[in-house]
Parts: sequence; C-alpha cells; structure tokens
Amino acid sequence: MEKIYTNYPEKAEFSKVCPKTINFLLSFSQALYEVEYKDLRFETFLN
Amino acid sequence: MELQIEDSELVRDYISGDEKALEILINRHNQRITSFIYSKVLDRDVTEDIFQDTFIKVIKTLKRGSYSEEGKFLPWVMRISHNLIIDHFRKNKRMPMFEGSDDFNIFSVIGDDKLNAEKQLIKDQIDTDLRELVEELPDDQKEVLIMRIYKDMSFKEISENTGVSINTALGRMRYALINLRKIIEKNNIVLTN
Repeated sequence: MEKIYTNYPEKAEFSKVCPKTINFLLSFSQALYEVEYKDLRFETFLN
Repeated sequence: MELQIEDSELVRDYISGDEKALEILINRHNQRITSFIYSKVLDRDVTEDIFQDTFIKVIKTLKRGSYSEEGKFLPWVMRISHNLIIDHFRKNKRMPMFEGSDDFNIFSVIGDDKLNAEKQLIKDQIDTDLRELVEELPDDQKEVLIMRIYKDMSFKEISENTGVSINTALGRMRYALINLRKIIEKNNIVLTN
C-alpha cells in the first residue's frame, strides 16, 4: 500500500510559493517608484 | 460563470497603477511558475528566491514601461525564470554549495577550533598535572621553565631576570625538560589529549 506514495512527499507537494513571498512582492511593487529626469530614469522606494 | 480578466488587461491595469492587478497575476500563475522552477532546482528555498527575483524583474520592467504587450505574459515570465534558473546553476558551478544529507553532515568534518567540553576538561587536567610535576624540579630549572613556558619570556629576558648567562638559562631549560620526562616515565604518568 505504502508503495503508491512518493518517498519525498515534501518535494511532490511544493507547487506554490508561500504568502510571505507574495506579500513581499506586492509591497515591493507598491514601494517602487520610477522617476524620470530629462533622459534619465531613477528607481526609488517610497516607504 | 465567473468572468476571467485576460492577462493583457491586468498588465495594462497594473501599468496604469492598479496594484491589485499584480496580485491577481501572481496568484493566477503562482502554481505554474513555482512548479516549473521547482522541477528544475528541486529546492524549496531556491524556488522561492527565483520566484521572487522573477517577479522583481517583471515589476521593474512593467513600471519602466519597457514591456511590449503581445498577449504572451506567462511565456515572458517563464522565460525570465528560466534565465534565472540558468544563472543559479552557473553561480553554483562557480561556487558549489555543499549541503549535508541525512547520512552525512558537513559539521562532523569541519568544526570550530574551540575544544568541546570533554576535551577542555582533559586539557585542564593535563595542565594541572604538569604544573604539579614542574614543582618537583630543582628551583633553578623550575624558574627558567616557568619563565619560558608560562610567562613566554625569551632566553635573553630570562638571562637578564635571573642574572645568569643565556647559555646557562638554555642549559637549565634543557635539564628541566629531561628531568620532567624522567619523572613522567618513573611514575608511569600518561599525559595525552
């Protein structure tokens, strides 16, 4: 019976990154701000 | 029936400042991208890192306005993560990361220089025994040995402090060591660490 299961259930189950990573990306996106000055572009972070 | 907004529309919304659109995009493709990365790297932490780096690149490109919408958002994101996976393996080839397994732990081979509690106890015991043996030596030899070994003085300094020549100090040190060995052998003392 047990043979139908993988030896590495942890590896098999991992299909989505954790909410913490997603929250970080969303916060990063909200904070990232592009500033244009003449022909130059600057990336700044707003807190 | 739930109406699903197209990726291209969400990308457009995000570029125009709708942060919620990004959340939908990430959640929509989370499983696909995570599985893709994980199938290559087989490590949860590395997968999380590459996923994060992928979307950081996506966010920067979209905010910069340098993304050209051709209705291929997912293939584009997958291409970014694919490139990051290659970068990861290249970096690992230059600097291989060694991790222990269940059978083998790297920390059993390399350790810090500090003695463990048992070895420290043995060392303390040896130091104490040796100090007692030194006490058995004649005074002139004991004096030179203590200055040299315990006070780390040079033979020139010992000679100046004891008022004897350097050669005499060297001779006393030599006899001190010979006599110590004799005492150890005579009493069958085992000093080992």
